[in-house]
Amino acid sequence: MRLPTAYCAAILIFFTRLKSLSTFPTARTVSLGFVVVAVGCLVFADLSITTLDPWTEMKRMGMGFVTPNFFAVTNIGKVMIQTIAFAMCGVALGAFFGFFLAQVFHIALVRWSCAFVRAIHELFWALILLQILGLTPLTGVLAIAIPYAGICAKVYAETLEESQPAVLQVLPAGSGIVSIFFFARLPDVWVHIKNYTSYRFECGLRSSAVLGFIGLPTMGFYLETAFSEGNYSEAAALLLLFYGLIASLRFWLKPRLLGFYLVAAPFLLGEGASIRFDNVIRFFTSDIVPAPLRDHDLALTQTWSSFADWLQMLLIDQALPGIIATLLLTQIALVCTGFLTLALFPLISDKFFGKLGRTIGQLLLIVLRSTPEFILAYIFLQLWGPSMLPAIVALSLHNGAIIAHLIGRYSQSLVLRADSPKGFNLYGYEILPRVYGQFLAFLFYRWEVIMRETAILGILGIATLGFFIDSAMADIRLDRAILLILITAILNIFIDSLSRYFRSHLRLSQQIESS
Amino acid sequence: MNLLKNLLHTTILGLSLTISLGASAKDSFVFTAIPDQDESQLRERFDKVAVYLSKELGVDVEYIPVKSYAAAVTAFRNDQVQLAWFGGLSGVRARSLVDRSEAIAQGFEDPFFETYFIAHASTGLKNSVDFPREMLGKTFTFGSKGSTSGRLMPEYHIRQQFDKAPQDIFSKVGFSGNHSKTIALVQSGAYEVGAVNFQVWKKDLAAGKIDTDKVSIIWTTPSYPDYQWTIRGDVDQRWSAGFKKKVTKALLDMKDKDLLASFPRSSFIPASNSDYDTILNMAKEIKLID
Repeated sequence: MRLPTAYCAAILIFFTRLKSLSTFPTARTVSLGFVVVAVGCLVFADLSITTLDPWTEMKRMGMGFVTPNFFAVTNIGKVMIQTIAFAMCGVALGAFFGFFLAQVFHIALVRWSCAFVRAIHELFWALILLQILGLTPLTGVLAIAIPYAGICAKVYAETLEESQPAVLQVLPAGSGIVSIFFFARLPDVWVHIKNYTSYRFECGLRSSAVLGFIGLPTMGFYLETAFSEGNYSEAAALLLLFYGLIASLRFWLKPRLLGFYLVAAPFLLGEGASIRFDNVIRFFTSDIVPAPLRDHDLALTQTWSSFADWLQMLLIDQALPGIIATLLLTQIALVCTGFLTLALFPLISDKFFGKLGRTIGQLLLIVLRSTPEFILAYIFLQLWGPSMLPAIVALSLHNGAIIAHLIGRYSQSLVLRADSPKGFNLYGYEILPRVYGQFLAFLFYRWEVIMRETAILGILGIATLGFFIDSAMADIRLDRAILLILITAILNIFIDSLSRYFRSHLRLSQQIESS
Repeated sequence: MNLLKNLLHTTILGLSLTISLGASAKDSFVFTAIPDQDESQLRERFDKVAVYLSKELGVDVEYIPVKSYAAAVTAFRNDQVQLAWFGGLSGVRARSLVDRSEAIAQGFEDPFFETYFIAHASTGLKNSVDFPREMLGKTFTFGSKGSTSGRLMPEYHIRQQFDKAPQDIFSKVGFSGNHSKTIALVQSGAYEVGAVNFQVWKKDLAAGKIDTDKVSIIWTTPSYPDYQWTIRGDVDQRWSAGFKKKVTKALLDMKDKDLLASFPRSSFIPASNSDYDTILNMAKEIKLID
C-alpha cells in the first residue's frame, strides 16, 4: 500500500512540476515518459487471470455469438425504442442547455460548474438521481442530460470562440447583438455544432444502454441479465441489434425527422413511479449530511471529533486506495490505448489497405467503439475473473478504436509523393510522423475520459473509486457516496487540466471533433 | 430558420416531458424483491405473485424488478413500492428508514436460515463442523454487498474467527452480485471459496445446475432469521382501512404449491420487526449499519 501511494504521488508531483522547466520536453520525451510511468504502474497492478478455465466460458460465449437468438428477449422492439428515447431526450436537453451555457461560458462560475458536472460520469449521476427521483424516466433522462450539458457547453463555446467569420467585418454599424449572433456568427459554426451534436447522440445511445445495468428499462437491463445468466445467444442478439442501431444512425437520424422524434421521445420513455417532493428535500437536507453531523448538536466538540474520525476513515481507508487504483489503471489504459491506436488505424486507411481490407477494418472498429467500455469490461470480467486486466483490455479496445477511427480518417487526407515508400516503411517513416501530433492530441483529450471510465468500472468490482462509491450506495450511506463522488470529480478535473496543459505545451491542435 | 425550428421543438420536448411524467403516476399497489438470484426466475415467480395478490386484494398489483438490493430498499423508502420481499439485512435497513413500516410475513424456513460456505475441489477443503480456518489466504467471494446470507453472515463469522477484516484474511475478496452467480464462480474456480444462501444452493442442486465434483459445502453457519415481507405503514390511508391486514392474510393464505415452490418456501408464517433484532445487532457490530 505504501509503495503504490508513493509512486502515484511521485507521478502527480512530476506532472505538475513540469511547469517549472525552462524548455518543455519534446513530444518524443513526453511519449516515452508516459510509457515509462505506465510500465511502473504495471508493477503495482493486479493482472492475474483467476478463472481456472477461462476457455470453456469463452467457447460458450463464442458459440452464443455465432448463434444469436433474436426472439429470446420479449418486447425487444419496445426495449430498443426506449433506449433511443432516453438518448434522444437526454441529449436534446443536454444540447439545449449546453447551447445556452455556451453563450455565458466566459463567466468563471459557469465554466467551473460545467467542468464539475461533466467530471461525474452518467452512471454516477444515475445512482444519485435514483436516490432522489427513484426509478422514473426522469432519472435516466437527467443522468444523460446533466453531464452532456456540461460537455456541450464547453465544445459549443470553444467552437464559437474560434470562429471569426469574415462577414463580421462588413456588418453595418449598429447591428444588434442578437442579429449578429443569428445571422453572422451562428451560420458560420452551425455545421460544426450539428456534427458534434449528432456525434453526442451516438454517445447518448451508449450511455442510455449502459444505464440499464443499474435498473433503467434500456438494452443494458436485458444485456446484464443475459450475460450474468450465461444466455450468450440472447446477449449476442442484443449486442448485434445495438450495433445495428448505431451503424444505421445516418439512415434514420434525418434532420427532417428530428422534430418528430423529439416530440415522440418523451412519450416513449415508459412509465415509472411518481416522484415525491419530500424525497428530494430529504436527500438534500438529511441524506447527504455526514452521519456524525446528522441530528447531532454542532456546538459540541464531541460531534466534531466523531466527524473527524468519519472523515479520516473515509479518506484513508477508501478514498486513498480508490484514487491509487484509479490512477494506476488510468495510466496503463492510456498507454495501451495509444499502442492499440497505432496498430489499428492503418486498417481503415487507403494508404495501406484496399477496399475489402478497409471494410473489414471499419467493421472491427465500429464493433469495438460501439460497445460501451462498461459492457466490454463486464464481458472480460466474466471470462477472466476480477483483476485490472479486464478493465485495461476493455478501456484500450474501446478508446483505441475511437482514436484509430479518427486517425485513420485523418491519414486519408495526407497527400503522398509519387515515389513514397510502401508498407512498413511508409508507416514508420512517413505516415506515423505526420499523424503523430494529431494522435497525441486525441490521446491527451481521451485521458480524462479514460479516468472517468476507470472510476465507474469499480461498480463491476475492480477496486477503483467506483467500487467504494458502489459499496456506500449499497449500504444506503449517501453521505459517504457523495463525498467519494466529489473526490472522483476533483481528480477528474485535475487530470483534465493536466491534459490541457500538455496539449498546449506540445502545441497540439485544440480543434477536435469528438470526445 | 432551422435553428428556431429546433429551439421550438426542444421547448415542446420539455413540456411534453413534464406532461408524460405527470401522467405516469398511477395508483397500483406495487411491490419489489431483492434480486438475490437469476432474474428470469425472479420475474416468473413474482409475476405469479402479482396475479395472486391482485385477485386476493381486489386492486391492481404490480411487480417491478430492480437490479440491486439498494435499489429495492430505496424504492421502498421513496414510496415507489409499498411492499417488498426483503432479506434480513435489507429489511432491517428499509424499516429503519421508513417509520411505521412492518415485517408482516416470513417463509416457514426463514426463522432458521443458514449460509453455506462452499469451496472449489482444488482447495482440498472438506465439509467440517468446525469453522474451516484453512480458508486463510484463499480467494473468497461474497454474494451481493447488501445480502444477509451472502454478506452479513459470512463476514460476521469470518471476523469472529480471525478478528480481522476479510480483505486481510483472503488473497482476494469479491462480490458476485447474487447467489446463483456465487455458485457459478466457485464452480468455475474464479474464486476458491464463497458463501451462499442455503435455499438457493438446494434449489440449484435439485435443478442439476451444480457439479458436486467441482464445488461442495465446507461449513454451515448457525441458523438465523432471514427473508420477510415488509410493508409500509401508510398503506391503510392510501388504499383502505385494514388493507395491511388484508395483505398479510393474503400472504399467509398462499397455498398454491407451485407458487410457494418458486420461492422456495413451504408456507408463509407471521413475522414481526423484533424477529430481526439479532440481524440488526450483527450488522451494527460489523459496521454495516451505523
